[in-house]
Amino acid sequence: MKKLRILSLAMAAAMSVSLLAGCSNGTATTPEDDTTSTATGTAFKIGGTAPLTGDASIYGLAVQRGAQIAVDEINAEGGSIQFELKYEDDVNDPEKAVNAYNTLKDWGMQLSLGSVTTKPCESTSVYNFEDRIFALTPSASSTAVVEGKDNVYQMCFTDPNQGLASADYINSQGLGEKVFIIWKNDDVYSTGIKDTFMAEAEKLGLEVVGDATFATGNDQDFSVQLNQAKEAGADLLFLPMYYQPASLILAQADAMGYEPKFFGVDGMDGILTMEGFDASLAEGVMLLTPFNADATDDATVNFVTKYKELYGEVPNQFAADAYDCVYAYKLALETAGCTPDMTAEELCDKMIETFPTITFTGLTGDGDITWQTDGKVSKAPKGMVIQNGAYVGME
Amino acid sequence: MMKFRRMKKSTRTSFFTYALVIVAFLVIQILRGTVGIGSLLEGQLIPICAYIVMAVSLNLVVGISGELSLGHAGFMSVGAFAGCSMANALQNVVAAEPVRLVIAILFGALMAALAGFLIGIPVLRLNGDYLAIVTLAFGEIIKTIVTNLYVGVDGNGLQASFVNDNTKLAEGGIALIKGPMGVSNAARISSFVAGFLLVMLTLIIVFNLVNSRAGRAIMATRDNRIAAESVGISVTKYKLMAFTVSAALAGAAGTLYGCSQITFAANKFDFNTSILILVFVVLGGLGNMWGSVIAAAALTILPEALRQFSDYRMLVYAIVLILVMLATNSPAIRSFFIRIFRREKDEDGPSRSMKKEAAK
Amino acid sequence: MDFSSLLLGLLDNLVRGLSLGSVYAIIALGYTMVYGIAKMLNFAHGDVIMVGAYICFFATSTYGLPPVVGILLSMAVCTVLGIVIERLAYKPLRQAPSLAVLITAIGVSYFLQNAAQLLWTSSPKVFSSVVPKGDVSFFGGQLSVTYLTIVTIVVCVVIMLVLTFFTNKTKMGKAMRACSEDKGAAQLMGIDVNATISITFAIGSALAAIAGVLLCSAYPNLTPTTGSMPGIKAFTAAVFGGIGSIPGALLGGLLLGIIEIFAGSYISTQLSNAIVFGVLIIVLLVKPAGLLGKKIREKV
Repeated sequence: MKKLRILSLAMAAAMSVSLLAGCSNGTATTPEDDTTSTATGTAFKIGGTAPLTGDASIYGLAVQRGAQIAVDEINAEGGSIQFELKYEDDVNDPEKAVNAYNTLKDWGMQLSLGSVTTKPCESTSVYNFEDRIFALTPSASSTAVVEGKDNVYQMCFTDPNQGLASADYINSQGLGEKVFIIWKNDDVYSTGIKDTFMAEAEKLGLEVVGDATFATGNDQDFSVQLNQAKEAGADLLFLPMYYQPASLILAQADAMGYEPKFFGVDGMDGILTMEGFDASLAEGVMLLTPFNADATDDATVNFVTKYKELYGEVPNQFAADAYDCVYAYKLALETAGCTPDMTAEELCDKMIETFPTITFTGLTGDGDITWQTDGKVSKAPKGMVIQNGAYVGME
Repeated sequence: MMKFRRMKKSTRTSFFTYALVIVAFLVIQILRGTVGIGSLLEGQLIPICAYIVMAVSLNLVVGISGELSLGHAGFMSVGAFAGCSMANALQNVVAAEPVRLVIAILFGALMAALAGFLIGIPVLRLNGDYLAIVTLAFGEIIKTIVTNLYVGVDGNGLQASFVNDNTKLAEGGIALIKGPMGVSNAARISSFVAGFLLVMLTLIIVFNLVNSRAGRAIMATRDNRIAAESVGISVTKYKLMAFTVSAALAGAAGTLYGCSQITFAANKFDFNTSILILVFVVLGGLGNMWGSVIAAAALTILPEALRQFSDYRMLVYAIVLILVMLATNSPAIRSFFIRIFRREKDEDGPSRSMKKEAAK
Repeated sequence: MDFSSLLLGLLDNLVRGLSLGSVYAIIALGYTMVYGIAKMLNFAHGDVIMVGAYICFFATSTYGLPPVVGILLSMAVCTVLGIVIERLAYKPLRQAPSLAVLITAIGVSYFLQNAAQLLWTSSPKVFSSVVPKGDVSFFGGQLSVTYLTIVTIVVCVVIMLVLTFFTNKTKMGKAMRACSEDKGAAQLMGIDVNATISITFAIGSALAAIAGVLLCSAYPNLTPTTGSMPGIKAFTAAVFGGIGSIPGALLGGLLLGIIEIFAGSYISTQLSNAIVFGVLIIVLLVKPAGLLGKKIREKV
């Protein structure tokens, strides 16, 4: 019995060790010591960590796919810049994200796409900073991600920026008199937006009649929060959250016959693509988003068509941001005249020099995208309203 | 060698375990110093140490004391938050990082022990699955409380608020716990050496407790509560002792883990983490400390080693878990192995009898 | 706020609590059945719920089958799934320590979740309710109860009654109770213990399918992890009512739902989970075997 246990443990241990060995053998294509990131000399190695399994995998998979489409396009063109893309799973956990990041480092990552979700990215960005590997995250939006790190940049708006823009928008358009906020209190994204929204609303004299929270594991039943909003007499509900809980809120508000206006942020994007979602529930919902899959410009149509072809669904803003990230890298690398045989550290210095100087146009944002030296992006959000199951630009 | 054979079996087991950990540590240190072990494994060393301590301490409750606890991550949480808050609060006071780490670990262990003691008093009145569900409940309660806790420190002293953030920190103040955002560490002060020392210390404490008079009393209450009571053993006292020591060690592991992370939040220490630790213990064998050490290390590395399966990674992990449980526990598969190893004498180790008893 | 509106608010919360609680109760009934007979905590139960909901979703939304067919189909699939899981993963461990079975159940739970993610992707599906929309109004429209709530509560009570009748009056039910009391003795009396346990799993899994459909009708987001949190809550509910007791599961589920809604409404939504578990602890300290559980006398 005891022998057997030893045997089984030994088997498990041997298996993990052999797998580990298998891993490093498979990726040790570099002749040099694999802890220093030196490229094979033909393509830039880009890596990123994302939740590819588990609850948050909708965002992770979207980013991975969006980035892959961009990389395939660029490689098919056959220009001087070629990419090799690798995503590792972080299950939306900071500890696992560091493991994923280290796996990528062992692989020889030269440029990083950071992490998809905020909390993991707060961890990996510190490693990016210490290891001098440049990072451009498509979607980790908290300020803590870029703060104090000269080589970490964002493609998405920062959270405070969104709260600010939302409050300004609601106030200037006179969308609501009494605002009620439902936010997710264990989510940095949601909390960040709500905090600045509150502060800005106070400054503008926009009346916030109350707020209510929910948390992971407690995100099914919103009747309590909606009742509070109703009792407070709110005529506009501000929902700084992702579309999954938002869709439940819309359905439950409808079920209880409560019909305020709804205002969302970029996380709301994707609600119309949920399989089985009754689009009439989202009628009249307003949101600020950097990306509109229904836009008719060539670039968007091309991207959306390819994405649908490959993955059978409409891409959301995460996919679009990731797609833009790869193209932004291409632009920056071309501008700086980088070659794939440069080390991660050399590339990092070049990128830090180049990124604040370039002006990029992509799928996301209304017009040009530029970066400040602190890594934050400046791009204009698109105000959208949902009409007949499609986005329509708001005036 | 003769001397080694003449030793008591329990002493032999404990020396074997110490040797195992020391050899593993030395091998890794030598590899790190020479050829390197890769960034991935390098980054996992401290979490592995923390999980080993968690597994050994849970084994004290589940294997030795015979109570199923599903809330062990709660104590890790208490230790991580208390310890790292202490470490961050002292960042300008105590300059030497090892000293700060020791203070933090002691504080984390103390707070977790306090929580364990307070929770143990009501919990240990219950039995079996009812006890299990109450520990699960306490784990969830701890998670909810920490998620809503805001603590900061500035020149005027400590500030704390609950549910809503009312802390108003003066210039130069440090936000220690930021509610749902958890803790962001100023510095990662944990080291692999500290992790190794904590693992050794944990093993020493647990082995000494198990092989002492108190340990025998704890096992007696596990094997037969009524018989133990009838010979004058205070069941509650000894069970509480095991529970509190286990909580303290989990708290120390929590601090070690927390201080190795850049940021962590309360929902890291949820039901799933408790279950993960329990898997280490059961796979390693109830009451079998070196089994816990190996299982914790192997199962922490396994999901990372399975990365080459990409999307199928966690599926493969689940299958491996089920197969290993079946292989070690199914009579049919076991007899198959026994036939292969028939020539070797099957030793009836202490872990076996313990396991059988605990299962009752 | 005057007295009548306060009372109406209370009633409204009570209805919502009952609605949430009856979903918990149906899941808890499945837990309790399996625990009562097989003496194991089947942590994969929550994930069988998820599978049931997916089957019904595809039947009704993708293939456009009527809801009744969807429910029956998902019950059939879950029953088979339950039996297969039992045969492959639990049966070889019949003699093993209960903890080994617990860990295997967790392995099965991981397996189902990850298999579901690979098969059906993790992007949430929006489940369309199997019960028509609409509500019944009371007090001149001040209090409304949706059809779904009424259906859920009725289904829950009916299942409870049928299960009670089944275990108390039928031959199979008696065999189950015999296995629950003493497996060895039951075997000596000519009861096929393995078959009995398999049937228990089949029933538990069929219940899980119904629970999944009703859960997702009430909270329509369907993802591979949909079942896990309700699973834990329902496990809590089963213990609350006294695990192994069928009326206890119903009572525990309903109370848990009511406490959760009241704690959220009147104290804090942030703390509602903590309050639910706090009440559970207090109840167990007063009644260590749950509300309706049997106190087992220790043999000396």
